[in-house]
Amino acid sequence: MSSLAVNVELPELQNPLMPYLRQDRIPHIWCPGCGIGTSLNAFIRALDEMQFDLNKLAVVSGIGCTGRVAGYLNVDSFHTTHGRAIPFATGLKLGNPDLKVVVYSGDGDLFAIGGNHFIHAARRNMDLFVVCVNNFTYGMTGGQVAPTTPLGATQTTMPYGNFEPPFNLPYLADSCGAVYVARWTVYHVRQLTRAFKEGLSKKGFVFLEVLSPCPTLYSRRNRLGDGVEQLKYYKEKSVVKNGADTRDVGLSFQGDIVVGTFVNRERPTWLEAMNEHFSQRFGDRYQPYGVHRED
Amino acid sequence: MHADPKGVLTGLHFIDGDHAACEGAIAAGCRFAAGYPITPSTEVVERFAARIPLVGGVFIQMEDEIASSIAILGAAWAGHKVMTVTSGPGLSLMMEHIGYAAMTETPCVFVDVQRGGPSTGLPTLPAQADMMQVRWGSHGDYNVIALSPNSPQECFDLMIKAFNLAELYRTPVFFMMDEVVGHMTERVAIPRPEDIEVVPRRWTSRKPGDYRAYEPGEDLVPEMVKAGDGFRVHITGLTHDERGYPAMNPQAQDKLVRRLVDKIRKNAHKLVDVRGENLEDADVVVISYGITSRIAAAAVEEARAAGRKVGHLRLVIVWPFPEPLVAELASRVKAFVVPELNLGQMVREVERVVAGKAQVVSVPHAGGTVHQVEDILAKILEVAK
Ligand SMILES: Cc1ncc(C[n+]2csc(CCOP(=O)(O)OP(=O)(O)O)c2C)c(N)n1
Ligand code: SF4
Ligand SMILES: [Mg+2]
Repeated sequence: MSSLAVNVELPELQNPLMPYLRQDRIPHIWCPGCGIGTSLNAFIRALDEMQFDLNKLAVVSGIGCTGRVAGYLNVDSFHTTHGRAIPFATGLKLGNPDLKVVVYSGDGDLFAIGGNHFIHAARRNMDLFVVCVNNFTYGMTGGQVAPTTPLGATQTTMPYGNFEPPFNLPYLADSCGAVYVARWTVYHVRQLTRAFKEGLSKKGFVFLEVLSPCPTLYSRRNRLGDGVEQLKYYKEKSVVKNGADTRDVGLSFQGDIVVGTFVNRERPTWLEAMNEHFSQRFGDRYQPYGVHRED
Repeated sequence: MHADPKGVLTGLHFIDGDHAACEGAIAAGCRFAAGYPITPSTEVVERFAARIPLVGGVFIQMEDEIASSIAILGAAWAGHKVMTVTSGPGLSLMMEHIGYAAMTETPCVFVDVQRGGPSTGLPTLPAQADMMQVRWGSHGDYNVIALSPNSPQECFDLMIKAFNLAELYRTPVFFMMDEVVGHMTERVAIPRPEDIEVVPRRWTSRKPGDYRAYEPGEDLVPEMVKAGDGFRVHITGLTHDERGYPAMNPQAQDKLVRRLVDKIRKNAHKLVDVRGENLEDADVVVISYGITSRIAAAAVEEARAAGRKVGHLRLVIVWPFPEPLVAELASRVKAFVVPELNLGQMVREVERVVAGKAQVVSVPHAGGTVHQVEDILAKILEVAK
């Protein structure tokens, strides 16, 4: 939405979702047709439908257009450094296990500079809900190649088309041990909202990939039209395959998009494993960490 | 406030500086540490990992120092006192988060057990060559506090002070050990918890609607909250206003960055911790810190025995540099001798403050071992003529 459009809509304060936003920070910085706001809308709807206790929610972002999400939400929110939202969130969650900690960041942030942290947090089954807005590009810095850019797509630093194979993010998350892995696009608002609700309810390392248009950089460079054109692409080429083998869900330039919930399993979280392990080792001398005694 | 008895191993111990530093951190109330193994610092977190389960807290070995140095900041915003521990290469990786801690005013302690550099350098041998890096290493303007212990006992005692200062000033505090202090084993007396003074976090007394995350108090330090208490704070490394909201303009930049620097600069008189010896009648003053101060003390003693009027100023708090004190000395002594395990770092501060009023002589050493007493003595005798 452009700032003008937001100003026009401002009087509509009765919108029940407005209290979820820091209204004194609107207008936001996102371009017209950008999908980040749509994903955020689905997140807020999920919180609203769940009547989630916002005082027990913390949102942590890295740096990028998506990284600005934290700053617009009316919760404890942390805009950290590029790529390091997950380790910050790890400290925050372990520091106060009562918090639900959501990491909301971009594909470049989470999988280029932050890739190491992602795989280790998934391996440990750190109790974090990681949302990746995948727009196939580095939005904030002007449309450079990302580890998600499809083969053949043009980006400023791949001016003759990308020749690096991208990550298949659900496969990466799955193979590192995430307990919940799903992919939707911002066209799939209802499913996306449901996925947010599932992610918020699930314990352990949860990964949600949200495909989202960046009309300003990715689409324009690749002559893919505006945001609406990208939504049409998502609509036409998406195939819902819940439980799909994540090895088969890789993306290609304007090719088919497999969406759905691919993984949903149980595994002890890092904290549960630590408490279990030390309880066995030390017996009654160990007071489980972050577990409230009912006395 | 007194130390939580749960963390305090009152009594006499025979332990090395790394272990003593860990005990100091636990006694100070540190209940969250994250780190990545690196010689000669690893023993600090090894001991923390062994001790913390029964004290009540968390240690996590992260995937690298970049992760460690921001995991602690997350835990600090959950309400913990936190530290990470490293040495040269790891410290270099932590730089971005030192700036983030300074910008977000997150209390935290960085332990740097210095080894020879640059790069992988001398992993098992000492140096004091990170002194400027901790002061200036992250980009932009900010200010820090750094302490330099010279014995295992001080690793314990000063670590408590390091945590207390982190809370008081909400700034990264560096604990500048070196390989020798870290690995030297000596007697360490750990007091009773009621004899250990610890500074609690400066929690706000305000209510959520009333609180502004970066509204400074009289001493320029804002009050703090933690996530989960209903304050709904926004914390960012972007330049921000008093609400914590990004503010992309020169006025906001000027106001914030000046305050970050001034909260140390203007309180510097409260941050003087030095040990002076024979300064009253001195013609020559040796300025030293950390392990080098023990060699320097021997050199000063010999020079005194040889009839020279030599004094010794040991910096315990190295940053902020005690400018007025050194300036006062400069007005009445002939020369300063500055030995350090680097090729001349803190001596630049001495020169800057002395500003030509006295002679300043560096006794550089590239590291790998400590100075010879004779090397320092020779310089003293040379300038004391
Ligand atoms: C250490 C560091 N390197 C580089 C940058 C510059 N930078 C800011 S955002 C960004 C990429 C963002 O891409 P992505 O995470 O995909 O987010 P998007 O803007 O597309 O939502 C980069 C490289 C930075 N802020 N910090
Ligand atoms: S540059 Fe792209 S990702 Fe960033 S706000 Fe604009 S459309 Fe969205
Ligand atoms: Mg992106």
